[in-house]
Amino acid sequence: MDAFLHQALAGLATGSIYASLALALVMIYQATHLVNFSQGEFAMFSTYIAWSLMQAGFPYWIAFLATIAISFVLGAAIQQIIIRRFQDGSVLSVVVVFVGLLTIFNSLAGWLFGYSIKSFPSPFPKELGNTYMSAHELGAIGVMMVVLLLLVIFFRLTPLGLAMRAASQNPVSSRLVGIRVSWMLALGWGLAGAIGSVAGMMVAPVVFLDPNMMSGVLLYAFAGALVGGIDNPLGAVLGGLLVGVLENLLGAYVIGNELKLSFALAIIVAVLVIRPAGLLGAIHVSRV
Amino acid sequence: MPDKVHGPKKTAPPAHAVAETTSGAIATLPQENRRAGLLGVTFGATVFAGLLCAVPFALPNYQIFQFTLVLVYAIALLGLNILTGYNGQISLGHGAFYAIGAYIAAILMDRYGIPYWLTVPVAGAVCLFIGFLFGFPALRLEGLYLALATFALAVALPQLLKSKFLERWTGGVQGIVIIKPNAPYGLKLNPDQWLYFFTLFFVLIALILTRNLLRSRIGLAIVAIRDQPIAAKAMGVNTALYKSLAFGISAMLTGIAGALGAIAVQFVAPDSFSVFLSITLLVGIVIGGLASISGAMYGAVFIQFVPNIADKISNAAPWAIYGALLILFMLILPSGIAGGVRAMTHRFAMRRNTPK
Repeated sequence: MDAFLHQALAGLATGSIYASLALALVMIYQATHLVNFSQGEFAMFSTYIAWSLMQAGFPYWIAFLATIAISFVLGAAIQQIIIRRFQDGSVLSVVVVFVGLLTIFNSLAGWLFGYSIKSFPSPFPKELGNTYMSAHELGAIGVMMVVLLLLVIFFRLTPLGLAMRAASQNPVSSRLVGIRVSWMLALGWGLAGAIGSVAGMMVAPVVFLDPNMMSGVLLYAFAGALVGGIDNPLGAVLGGLLVGVLENLLGAYVIGNELKLSFALAIIVAVLVIRPAGLLGAIHVSRV
Repeated sequence: MPDKVHGPKKTAPPAHAVAETTSGAIATLPQENRRAGLLGVTFGATVFAGLLCAVPFALPNYQIFQFTLVLVYAIALLGLNILTGYNGQISLGHGAFYAIGAYIAAILMDRYGIPYWLTVPVAGAVCLFIGFLFGFPALRLEGLYLALATFALAVALPQLLKSKFLERWTGGVQGIVIIKPNAPYGLKLNPDQWLYFFTLFFVLIALILTRNLLRSRIGLAIVAIRDQPIAAKAMGVNTALYKSLAFGISAMLTGIAGALGAIAVQFVAPDSFSVFLSITLLVGIVIGGLASISGAMYGAVFIQFVPNIADKISNAAPWAIYGALLILFMLILPSGIAGGVRAMTHRFAMRRNTPK
């Protein structure tokens, strides 16, 4: 029983990391109705930024906050410089551009920082851990909670959050009442970049830092976002946690570690085929 | 290779093959009055065919091998182009079908001693079947979601191939080594030359098949579904059937390419079929030209030779260049090299035909 509980809680911890990345995906989906395939590689790149800041001698939390800020700016810049030009294009062109960004980030990280695997520190003191969960697992869950809380406050209680929601729901009317819709989209991308960087920095101590570290995580985040509903932040968090726990339990007791990614694939296909809206997502009916 | 499917009605600026909606179905009708151009095209095709046949006698073995891979990629890109270019279904996981074809060829040759030439049609048939089946869940997935599901397939595949449940056949992480076949009937060709012609034979079949398919009723239906899905349905096109069919044929061609690729490389292993293989194929059709048969050829040459050149700059350079070019082409030349060539020849012809 103890072992089972341990596995479930460990799943909750990795699940919270998937949930963060899923949140980043939802952030962009809500603003633009696009699924950002390069989100994982972007988060990986952010983590390398954090790593280089720490190599340069900055303490962990300073590097942590600086990375979030840099990722925010980078995300917004990518939207303004590249994605904006494809906003009204076909789905295919947008997907191709995302794939292009994915390969650029991946190769840029390899080019700048090398392909050797690097260790990444965990900021949480060892004493925090207990018999069921390690310090980093607890810390990752805590950080995810803080991120979620900040997002809820931002979207529910601030005028800017309201403007962002308005811009994504009805861009034309929003523009008429004076909201700069283009900036709101950039803001959404910035937020997604920032949240993704948190996910990257939380997962790096577990999987170690290398240019391909996020490809699996991105898949679980996709699965989590889809399970919860790709247009619902709360759903993304629940979905991410659920996928994390299921993945860990199935990996430990049923399918073994080597088929975990196939499990994510199975979830993705199953959700898309059976209930594309996910658990909490709004069901879209298109009029013919 | 003339692109009659997208006839010369499409004037400059080269409209984006997929975004182009209203004129798409009409523009796909072959134009008849192209007599003058036809002669030039026939001449060009003859020269091209002559060059293709000269390659294995003019180059050293390693370069013959590289050109064999160009031909292999050309088949795979034709396959992906049928699905993504002509039918508008985005697949980021076609590397999976390539891998299935490759593994079928390798397993049949290595474990069951089946002759190499027989493994290629078998790989095609199996991939046709799997692709057709995969097409059914894909029916419910529009654009982005299909991309997502196929992307997941591509990411999960290497792990699946390494799995110990399949190790008996796939050889796990080690993969399978296969032996290069010799030329039959006492032909005076070395194995590399023979494989080149063997692959060229399948390229020709694939080209003829694709061209005829796209000109047929089925081809028109496939393009109509891309351009006007609702109107196509209202006209009585069986959308579900043709979408699955497009998926099946696309997977079949890519699977055949995989089998030929495995025979040429003499080796299959899970890590050769990572998500980056699927991305390479996507790069090939975008840069070669979406919804264009000749685009598959340009794309194949591109993905075979540009990484080799870029490799000299840095290990990571090919992928950085791929990524940058993907975005640039989407921005500047969405119809790819084929579209650029088409626009240029069109402008040329216009200038010649205008009275002084």
